[in-house]
Amino acid sequence: MRTPSLTRRGLLGRSAATAGGLAVVPLVARAAPEIPATTAPPNPVRTPEMVDVVLQVNGKRLPLAIEPRVSLLDALREQAGLTGTKKGCDRGSCGACTVHVDGRRVNACLTLAIRCQNKAVTTIEGLAAGDTLHPMQAAFVAHDAFQCGYCTPGQIMSAVALIEEGHAHSDGDIREWMAGNICRCGAYNHIVDAVRDVAGQTDTGRG
Amino acid sequence: MQSFSYLRPADADAAIAAAAQPGKKYIAGGTDLMQLMKDDVERPAQIVDLDALPYTKIEAGPDALRLGALATMSDVAAHPEVARKYPVIAQALLASASPQLRNMATMGGNMLQRTRCGYFRDTGFACNKREPGSGCPAIHGQNRLLAILGGSGHCIATHPSDLAVALVALDTVLELRGANGATRQVALGDFHKLPGDTPHIETVLQPGELITALVVPASAAARRSGYLKVRDRASFEFALVSAAVALDLDGGVIRDARIAMGGVGTKPWRLPAVEGALRGHQAGDVAFAAAAAQAPEGAMPAVQNAFKVKLMQKTLVRALRTVAA
Ligand SMILES: Cc1cc2nc3c(=O)[nH]c(=O)nc-3n(C[C@H](O)[C@H](O)[C@H](O)COP(=O)(O)OP(=O)(O)OC[C@H]3O[C@@H](n4cnc5c(N)ncnc54)[C@H](O)[C@@H]3O)c2cc1C
Ligand code: SF4
Ligand code: FES
Ligand code: FES
Repeated sequence: MRTPSLTRRGLLGRSAATAGGLAVVPLVARAAPEIPATTAPPNPVRTPEMVDVVLQVNGKRLPLAIEPRVSLLDALREQAGLTGTKKGCDRGSCGACTVHVDGRRVNACLTLAIRCQNKAVTTIEGLAAGDTLHPMQAAFVAHDAFQCGYCTPGQIMSAVALIEEGHAHSDGDIREWMAGNICRCGAYNHIVDAVRDVAGQTDTGRG
Repeated sequence: MQSFSYLRPADADAAIAAAAQPGKKYIAGGTDLMQLMKDDVERPAQIVDLDALPYTKIEAGPDALRLGALATMSDVAAHPEVARKYPVIAQALLASASPQLRNMATMGGNMLQRTRCGYFRDTGFACNKREPGSGCPAIHGQNRLLAILGGSGHCIATHPSDLAVALVALDTVLELRGANGATRQVALGDFHKLPGDTPHIETVLQPGELITALVVPASAAARRSGYLKVRDRASFEFALVSAAVALDLDGGVIRDARIAMGGVGTKPWRLPAVEGALRGHQAGDVAFAAAAAQAPEGAMPAVQNAFKVKLMQKTLVRALRTVAA
């Protein structure tokens, strides 16, 4: 068995995982004024590895200084203060981090933020029109499609995409095309109800 | 994750020149590489992004299907000609990963995804594939998901791809591009290597060499084809055992058969003996059972994965029935 050598680089890599905690730049308030960056420490630290990246998130310009290794998920949560997108597994297995990039649903945990330049990112914060919930958000509330709510932003982002993709023909279809979103609370039946509702489906075959 | 620098070359030759040096890694969809980097299994000093390269096309011609190496799993699965003339490919893709991952992951990356052996992905353990010569804890440890065919005393890890199983059944050829614009073609069946005593060498790819396209010859068998995946949960799970079956039937007689299986081999596993046993026979349970009995030939099961010997045969018979029907 191997003992990992504890270099500074290696240690930072493990403990700070993405260096998101170190690499905060206070551009957030300007870029996304409706969502204050409550988690941002006051003093930005610029490491030599950092590069300047401009993202388009929910229709707003979001300039960031990040290391190339920072995931889109960490950039959104730790830097932009957009904490609606959740981190479950950080490995593509749970779907809690689901966002849309150029209109397609993806796992933000497996996406490098630096690769999203010139692409349009939509998060759960970008779905509602002001105080009016997106129909899928409203359906999740109406159908009680959650318990703890941790998986819910990812479920909703997936559900919105699924309907745009045209994959909500039956309950069986909805379940299959929602398979990338795990719910530890097991709210699946109500999630299917909510998606079916929005899709205008009436199939109750619980496939 | 270890820190790395990032390069986004504008064309293939710049990418190949950059990636030929040690410590460099291409990134396509990133779905496997990101995970491996987070787990410190891969520690590249530089990432070479393939995003600007033009290999995203899907071309269905009269003689072949040409899949650009950067075409996504979603786009290939949704292509009407793929579903019509190569259903085994569409079915294998739709049985893979999740919709989100399929939107990201690419054809080339899928061929090069690394094993899901838990020891390989956990740097707290020895693993000959990750650290040559360190040992293989799987052979006498957790091996339920690992291979019964093609293993060695050094490694019994399964190749996890569904797509590669479908493609190897259809005699797919990979187009590769290397330094100085040199190109070559390699049959997918010859692309992955058996572990032997060098399980860390997984393919014939040279440093910096790029997969540019995957070419699948059209055939009557490809048109009558299907993929069956048996797994621990109904969706979003790797295969315990899977079967890619393509049949050309003349009346009820099997003129040609292409068979490959997943979840059982250390590489996508083609089964020529089973194909031979099917050819010329009347399609039906008698021929299917007789041919499937040859599927586990040469199997060396470990303690936990011995069930795959029987599961392999049953999966194959069911897939043959479905495709022949
Ligand atoms: C939770 C989860 C579940 C999954 N389930 C399944 C499943 O059920 N079935 C299945 O088959 N797969 C499954 N996968 C694996 C997935 O299909 C692969 O991760 C994906 O296909 C890899 O493609 P990519 O483009 O993302 O590759 P990347 O991660 O970008 O790259 C993978 C490797 O290939 C190299 N590479 C990429 N493109 C090229 C190229 N053109 N030329 C040369 N080298 C290249 C990279 O350097 C890297 O080493 C799953 C993955 C996850 C995370
Ligand atoms: S089976 Fe292969 S990948 Fe798994 S621990 Fe053994 S050497 Fe490593
Ligand atoms: S946090 Fe991204 S899939 Fe789990
Ligand atoms: S509501 Fe708790 S995980 Fe889904």
